[in-house]
Amino acid sequence: MALLEVKDLKVRVEEREILHGLTLTVNEGEVHAIMGPNGSGKSTLSHVIAGKPGYEVTDGQILFKGEDLLEMDPEERAAKGVFLAFQYPVEIPGVATMTFLRTALNAQRKARGESEYSTPDFLKKVREVSKSLNIPQDMLKRGVNVGFSGGEKKRNEVLQMALFEPSLCILDEMDSGLDIDALRIAADGVNALRSPGRAMVVITHYQRLLNYIVPDFVHVMSKGRVVKSGDKELALELEASGYTQFEDAA
Amino acid sequence: MPAVQETVERVKRIDVDQYRYGFETLIDSEKAPKGLSEEIVKFISQKKNEPAWMLQWRLEAYRRWLTMTEPTWARVEYPKIDFQDIYYYAAPKPKKTVTSLDEIDPEILKTYEKLGIPLREVAMLEGVEPKVGEEDPARRKIAVDAVFDSVSVATTFKAELKKAGVIFMPISEAIREHPELVQKYLGSVVPTSDNFYATLNSAVFSDGSFVYVPPGVRCPMELSTYFRINERNTGQFERTLIIADKGSYVSYLEGCTAPQRDENQLHAAVVELVALDDAEIKYSTVQNWYPGNSEGKGGIYNFVTKRGDCRGANSKISWTQVETGSAITWKYPSCILRGDNSSGEFYSIAISNGFQQVDSGTKMIHLGKNTSSRIISKGIAAGKSQNTYRGLVTAHRKATGARNFTACDSLLIGDKCGAHTVPYIEAKNSSATFEHEATTSKISEDVLFYCIQRGLSQEEAVGLVVNGFVKDVLQQLPMEFAVEAQKLISISLEGSVG
Repeated sequence: MALLEVKDLKVRVEEREILHGLTLTVNEGEVHAIMGPNGSGKSTLSHVIAGKPGYEVTDGQILFKGEDLLEMDPEERAAKGVFLAFQYPVEIPGVATMTFLRTALNAQRKARGESEYSTPDFLKKVREVSKSLNIPQDMLKRGVNVGFSGGEKKRNEVLQMALFEPSLCILDEMDSGLDIDALRIAADGVNALRSPGRAMVVITHYQRLLNYIVPDFVHVMSKGRVVKSGDKELALELEASGYTQFEDAA
Repeated sequence: MPAVQETVERVKRIDVDQYRYGFETLIDSEKAPKGLSEEIVKFISQKKNEPAWMLQWRLEAYRRWLTMTEPTWARVEYPKIDFQDIYYYAAPKPKKTVTSLDEIDPEILKTYEKLGIPLREVAMLEGVEPKVGEEDPARRKIAVDAVFDSVSVATTFKAELKKAGVIFMPISEAIREHPELVQKYLGSVVPTSDNFYATLNSAVFSDGSFVYVPPGVRCPMELSTYFRINERNTGQFERTLIIADKGSYVSYLEGCTAPQRDENQLHAAVVELVALDDAEIKYSTVQNWYPGNSEGKGGIYNFVTKRGDCRGANSKISWTQVETGSAITWKYPSCILRGDNSSGEFYSIAISNGFQQVDSGTKMIHLGKNTSSRIISKGIAAGKSQNTYRGLVTAHRKATGARNFTACDSLLIGDKCGAHTVPYIEAKNSSATFEHEATTSKISEDVLFYCIQRGLSQEEAVGLVVNGFVKDVLQQLPMEFAVEAQKLISISLEGSVG
């Protein structure tokens, strides 16, 4: 079943059109990689799906589980199962990671009409999930991402993904700022979350991430459009020949 | 209605709804005629059955006040106050002399119930333990003195405190029952000639709380006073005096609310703290006077003088304040570090929204040797408000080894508000060590969006970030107040974005 349908999406930022009619369909259980050079509109796509302010959709639509995503507030999208793992996760001083996780999880559950977690139930769940991801308990007591290394920040994103159990995960440049070891740990966490009911959109500039998170489909973006789609072989092809061949196609 | 639109509508409504304490209590009250004169001062003194020395003290203050002018150095703007257009005395009309809670006007009790303040501790007053499961055993007892308009209406737990030797009563009673203590300490920290508003207070104060903790006693419970202005056009001038004798300890909380009114109301209080050798006083305030409506109409003018005197060696005074209310705040809780090795602390959260103006901070005056002070100030400005931190740290020539650490952080929400930091630092000897840190930041869109992407609403996101910002100070509050303060912060900031 189609989880996410992006149809002919046109998006402007301050009078400049960034996406010129983008179409993409992601089904449940699939992992899609979106590759492309800087400025091709990859991050814009992820921001528009998540509902970041500052983008104007001038044409086209986005359906999520058949519903009009653009009509929803960003927090509503989160509660419905859209998760964006940020390229640069922000720091929130004075707010313990544990507090943040509980506040966010309960906000989502409340929005879905589910009961909020009690403190003991929540602690139990966090311990389980963080253990499976090898996240030390003391990290949860620190302020959200405050003083975290690049690897810790990304692991914190994966932790949230595991905790909130979204049906669509968008990973925006997950590999930026990570060394090979940190990348492997974060990718292992993501792979553990692959499931038949969950889809992932992996946005990346480099092929190397796709050695660790192996996609079912690869799309190449250039100048605000998807210019080529294929399977994981396409990523290797790109690695060898670069993006320039697609400049004209766009 | 689309969700965004709904949010906008809700935010618009909040301005009127957010002040939860804006109701008015309809009771009979007795008022002195409007305006101020020697006759009014005499009237107040007479109402209180005061001894002659007290009246004399008031009259001297009044005559001094006539020669003074209002200070204008603070970064606040307001139309000139007509001091003859204010009632200086209003008291709930008593049916007879009140000796127990049962005789207090039920309307007033209801008011405090609405405010969530536990005056109905009848069982406690009579020494009856609560039934099992009736009350959380972990909850500590808090003795409450409730001041309604100008009069103290109830003080709880008096008997239990008496057992420990602690005196906690309305100051009007203390003047009659403990004149030797009052005469010795009243005006010894904030003299009658101190400043325009303190002098006015000295002339017309009608009630407030008095605390005396005898040598070596650790006060067995938190003491607190709740102030409520109810009457129209009334000024509230309460006077609080706390004395911690040698080696004693007391923690005191103060809360304030007022009905929503279109006109501005004046509140000019004086608080004096005296800590003798090895004594410690912890004074916490959650100030939530009515801040005015969304157009900046109405609200309390809060011109308050609070000062603590670390008179003895090794004494300690700590001020913690959460300021969310008032149209104008003019307030500088200070410490005079007179005793050798004494220390002073000031922890402050000042939040302004709408058209509120805050000019607040502290003074740390180092006089004794090896004195230390610490200032942590968190200012949060939203809406069209102006938020100024003004602080003085000074070391006397003889205050060798004085140390101060100051950190002032300001957070801006939106682009129509202002945050200002005005530090004054004077070291008159070369052995003083003063550190000053200051930051100003804005809540970034990226931080908000990160929280919202994780399921928080815009307002929840702002609340979370702000609570993180003020955490260092919140931790200084007694437990019961910290929770209340945290909620209050979220309420004060509703409608501050979007």
